[in-house]
This record gives sequence, structure tokens and C-alpha cells, in this order.
Amino acid sequence: MNARFARRRTDWISLFFTGTTGLATVLIVAILALILGSILVNGAPHISWQLLSGDSAKDMFDVTKAGLLPLIIGTSERVLLMTVAVMPVGVITAIYLTEYAPSTSLVTRIIRSAVNNLAGVPSIVFGLFGLGFFIGFVGRELDSVLHGASADPVWGRPALLWSSLTLAVMTLPVVIVATEESLRAIPPGLREASLALGATKLETVFRIVLPNALPGIMTGGILAIGRAAGEVAPILFTGATYYMSGTPKALTDPFMDLAYHTFVLSTQSPNIDMTRPLLFATVVILLALTFALNIVAVLIRGRMRKRLRALG
Amino acid sequence: MPNSLPAHVVPAATSSRRTAGWMGIRRGHRARPGEWLAEHAIFAVALSTILLIFLIFVFVGREALPLVFGKVSTAAVRTFIPPADLDRLPPETIREYLGLSDSDFKAKDHDTLKLLMEVRAESAQEASTDRDAGINTVSWRYLLRPHQWTGYDKPSYIWQPVSGIPKYNLVPLVIGSLKATLVAMLFAVPISLAAAIYVSQLAGGRVREWTKPIIEMLAGIPSVVLGSFALLVFAPAFKSLFGLDSLLNATVAGLCLGLTCIPVIFSIAEDALTSVPRSYTQAALALGASRWQAAWQVVLPAGLPGVFAAVVLGFGRALGETMIVLIASGMASNVSWSFLDSVRTLTATIAAELGETPFGGAHYRMLFLLGALLFTVTFFLNLTADLILHRLKRRLEGGR
Repeated sequence: MNARFARRRTDWISLFFTGTTGLATVLIVAILALILGSILVNGAPHISWQLLSGDSAKDMFDVTKAGLLPLIIGTSERVLLMTVAVMPVGVITAIYLTEYAPSTSLVTRIIRSAVNNLAGVPSIVFGLFGLGFFIGFVGRELDSVLHGASADPVWGRPALLWSSLTLAVMTLPVVIVATEESLRAIPPGLREASLALGATKLETVFRIVLPNALPGIMTGGILAIGRAAGEVAPILFTGATYYMSGTPKALTDPFMDLAYHTFVLSTQSPNIDMTRPLLFATVVILLALTFALNIVAVLIRGRMRKRLRALG
Repeated sequence: MPNSLPAHVVPAATSSRRTAGWMGIRRGHRARPGEWLAEHAIFAVALSTILLIFLIFVFVGREALPLVFGKVSTAAVRTFIPPADLDRLPPETIREYLGLSDSDFKAKDHDTLKLLMEVRAESAQEASTDRDAGINTVSWRYLLRPHQWTGYDKPSYIWQPVSGIPKYNLVPLVIGSLKATLVAMLFAVPISLAAAIYVSQLAGGRVREWTKPIIEMLAGIPSVVLGSFALLVFAPAFKSLFGLDSLLNATVAGLCLGLTCIPVIFSIAEDALTSVPRSYTQAALALGASRWQAAWQVVLPAGLPGVFAAVVLGFGRALGETMIVLIASGMASNVSWSFLDSVRTLTATIAAELGETPFGGAHYRMLFLLGALLFTVTFFLNLTADLILHRLKRRLEGGR
């Protein structure tokens, strides 16, 4: 017994491992800082008003002449459309899972499992799905119904709409998980009070629970946008295009995209040394878009937690 | 007196034991059919997630199925039907000979069919004299086993879909994927598990509050940005540091791939370790253990299934990641055990080649087959992790 205690006084092993694991944590944070720092330092000086607002995609590999406005518009459009598609489905599924689903039923378990599984599907598989389902099946069927079999495809080709829907399928779990979390955070007393005053369950959910959970739901939407804005694999075959003049005029038009452009610049450039400044600048803009969204989401979530703590 | 109660109150009262409180409440259904309708509509929408998984299976698999069942052939046809026989033979024979679907066949007029037959006859006459030309390269034997192609001095695994004789051996791609994933896991697993242990067990509340969101911020960096970072910053540094000949290889791609796994593994492992009841640690500390001993010998074993699930999900993430390997892996398909050779992964192959393949051809279907393979593997990985985490949650909640 005494010997044990004596050994404990110089517990180098514990100290060593505490230090090592702490170091690992610091290392991850340092890597993150290094990535962001190196991109920012190399890219920020090349960002100019002309780069942000110009639309001369002709000189797409030269930072002094290129303009990224059509790309920024294309990315915004696909992300907005995606939000419109994903939010209702995601929020309603989350409402079912938190407010209605019997917690022990098999169906609930399968739905939860499907949500978790959807979150882990590789993004390139979503691209294949978008091509096979939205373009190859839905689009072609629409064409054959609306225009007859032999006409040029209108719906059955890569387009803004199909890219957005593919991304909506991909970001569905993000919205569901975030919404669910915010619905669960609403104190049960609020629901009980509403029911006690004679409201039905549906009224309680839509008039009491949902408005209070709104910041959390917004967080979900913002996270989904942040995730989708930077994704390339799902839009490779479903709508993004290398070059076109102007911006898409209809849902069935293809579009130019900031994230896809980053990929084009890093793999197809005829002269990587000339392209490098532009690539860095594009990455900075893309990062600013997605990262700003993520930080906003984290801030909203933090504020909501504080407010609900006061409420409950 | 249960019988005197209105009918719709009874189920709520009796089911309250099974589904606690709020879940069991069914108010006003009789008075408001709209309420009943809305609830069922909500349920129907919730089912859409299951439907989506099902649709992904169907529509990715649908394009690949003809390959699986050997309905597609790349073998050059040497026999042909003279175009003049078009009117003599029954339409069904012609349709099969040209490999057209029923509706396609009906949509084409006589001249078009004749033209198709002439093209077919011409290509059959010109069919290369290469002894490999007659091989159906998409049959399973050539997908999985090595073959000594013309011009090669030994049987080899070749992925070369765009050439006179398209070669679709899957082995180099699978090895490429596994190599990049292995590097990623070797890098990401130790570092993220160490960080998870530190943040959840050893660090103070302040540190915990700050580090977790910061590390999860890594997940917010788009993979195409990480790929560009690998290409522009990391690969040149790595090359000059070790004096390598080539810029892009499995190690560079794998290490950057690891960066996408770190937030996944860290986040899930940290959650699992945090969900181990506080009383476990307190009991260990009360018995004289140090914080590290409590974490390593008590909390970690209790949360081990969650840690395992975290690693499984991280593996799935690395296997399915596309843009980083597309940009930073070098894209050369070869079978070797060196981690400094460039690799071509399953995901990057799909991304790089699908844009240029004709719709419905053998190459197109082959890429969908790769996708179906990828989806099946990640589906089971996700399912396994989901089951493990669910079971762990139930056990820890029961044991509190």
C-alpha cells in the first residue's frame, strides 16, 4: 500500500501522456491556423474590386484581367435554390423526429439510421445519383412528356436546378440534425403551457415550438449553405460548366461556379505559375464565403443556448 | 369507468406508459381532421430520408447492373450482316443486331437504320487485327485478374479506359484508394483520438469550450480548398523537404485527406467519451488514480465502441473524399506498395472521367459500377457505426 503511494508522487507517465495528448490538440489547431494563414497571406493581396465585380471570364487564368462575378452569382444561385428545396423537408423531418415519433418504434429507428447514413455518403456518389436520377430519369421523362422523344433535351441535361436538388439531398442531414437539436432545446414547460391553454398539438408545434427554435433552424440552414457552397463533386456532372457567357437565365441552364472554378484553375491551367495568384485569390473568396457562414452559425447557436438557458 | 370516456381520450391515456408525455398526446383529432391529416403529412415527409437512400441505391445501381450481369460487351464484332439484308430480315433481329432499345428502334427511319448497319459493317471489317480485340474487357475476369495485353511483357493490372482496347482492371484503383486512405488514417486516428481524450477528459472547461468548435472548423474548409492547399503549398514543401522527384503522390494526398477525417473522428470520439457518466471518473479519482489513469483505464474502455465508430466513420470519409485526391494524388494508376508513387483512387477516377464518356456506354456504366461499389462500402460502414453508437448510448444511459 505504502509503496503504491510512494510511486504515485513521481507520476511521470501520467504527466507525459497528458502532455502528449495536449500537444496533439495544439497541433490540430496549429495546422488549421497554418492552412488558413498560408492561403490568406498568398491570396489576400491579389483580391481587387475588379476581380470581384468584373465578368471577363475570357482571361480566366490571369489575375490582373479575370473577373469572378458570374461565378459568385452562379454559386449564390445554386445555394439559394438548394436552401429553398432542403429547408422544408429537413425541418419537417426534424419536427417528426422530435415531436411526433414514438421513441421506441422501428420506423423511427430506421429514419434516424437513414439520416445518419445519408450524412456519410461520399459526395461523388451524390453526383452520380444526380446524373442518374435527376437528369437521366426525371429530366428525360419531363422531356418526353413535354416535348416528345426526338426533340433536343431541355430538362434532361446538366442544369442549375438539378445541381441544386442534388446538393439539397446531400445537405438534408445537416438541416435535420441542427433543427432537431434546437427543437430538443426548447423547454418542455413551454409545450405543456400551450397545451394547457387549449392549443392542439399541431398549433403548439407551429406557433410555440418552431418560432422559439428559429435561430437553431437558421443555424442548420447556414451550415447547409456553408457545406454546399464549397462542394464540387456533386455538381461536376449535374450543372457546373467550365465557361459560358453571362449567368444562367433559366433553371434549365448550366452555370459557372466558384468552387468548381477553383478545381479548374488547379488542374487545367496551361501555366500554373501564372495562375497561382488567381487560384489563391479565388480560394480566399471561397473560404470567406463558407467560413463566414460557419462562424455566423456558431455565433447564432451560442446566443440561442444562452437565451434558452434563461428561459428554462 | 373507462367506457364512459370519449373514444379518442382512451388511447392517449393507455399509451402514456409506452410513449412518455408529449409523444403520446393526440388531442382534438375527432374535432379537427386537418390535424390528423397534417400529422400524417409530416410523417410522410419524414419517410423521404429512407426513400432517398433507396433511390440512391436504385439509380446508381441501375446504370451499373447491365455490367454486373454481363449484358455489355466491348469485344469487337467480326461478323456482320450486310446492309442490304435490312429489308429481308425480321425487324427484331435487326434491332438486336444494332443493340437498340425498342423505342429507339421505332424512332429511327429506314435510311438511318441502313446507315447504322453500314457503319457497323465497316467497323467490323476494319476491326483491329490485335489479338486482344475480341476480348470482352468488361467481363469479371478482366476486371479483377491480371492479363498480358499486347505489348506488355507480363500479365498486369491495367486501368486504361480510353484506348483502342479499353482496359478496366479495378485492382489499381482499389489499391490506390486504400493507399491514400491508409495514410490518412495513420495520420488522423492517433492525433484526433489523443485530442479527443485531452479535450473531453484532461482539459479544463475553458479550454474545452474553445478547442472543440475550433477543431470542428476544419470540417468547414471545403475539400477543394484543401486540395488546392495541397497542390500549392504542401506538396512543394513536402517535395523539397524529402528531396523527392515527383510533386504529387499517395502520401501528400493521404495527409491532406487526413485533415478531412480529423474533425469527424475527433467530434464523434469526443462525444462518446463525454457521454461516459461523470461518476466513472469520480470513482476512479476517489480510488487514487490520476486524471490520466482515470481517462485511459476507465473512461476510454467504457467509451471504446464510440471511439471505434468514430474511426469507422473517418475511414468512410477518407474513402469517399473526391476533390483532394483528384487534385493532389497525381492520378497515375499503378500497382505498387510504395507510398511515394502517385495513385488514382476510385472517387477521383469517377470525377475525372465521367464528364467525357458517352451516355450509356461501357465506360459510363463502369464508372457507375465504381460508384455503386463505393456507395455499398460506405453504406455498410455507416450502418455499422450507427448501430455501435446507438447501442453505446443505450448502455451508458442505462448504467448511469
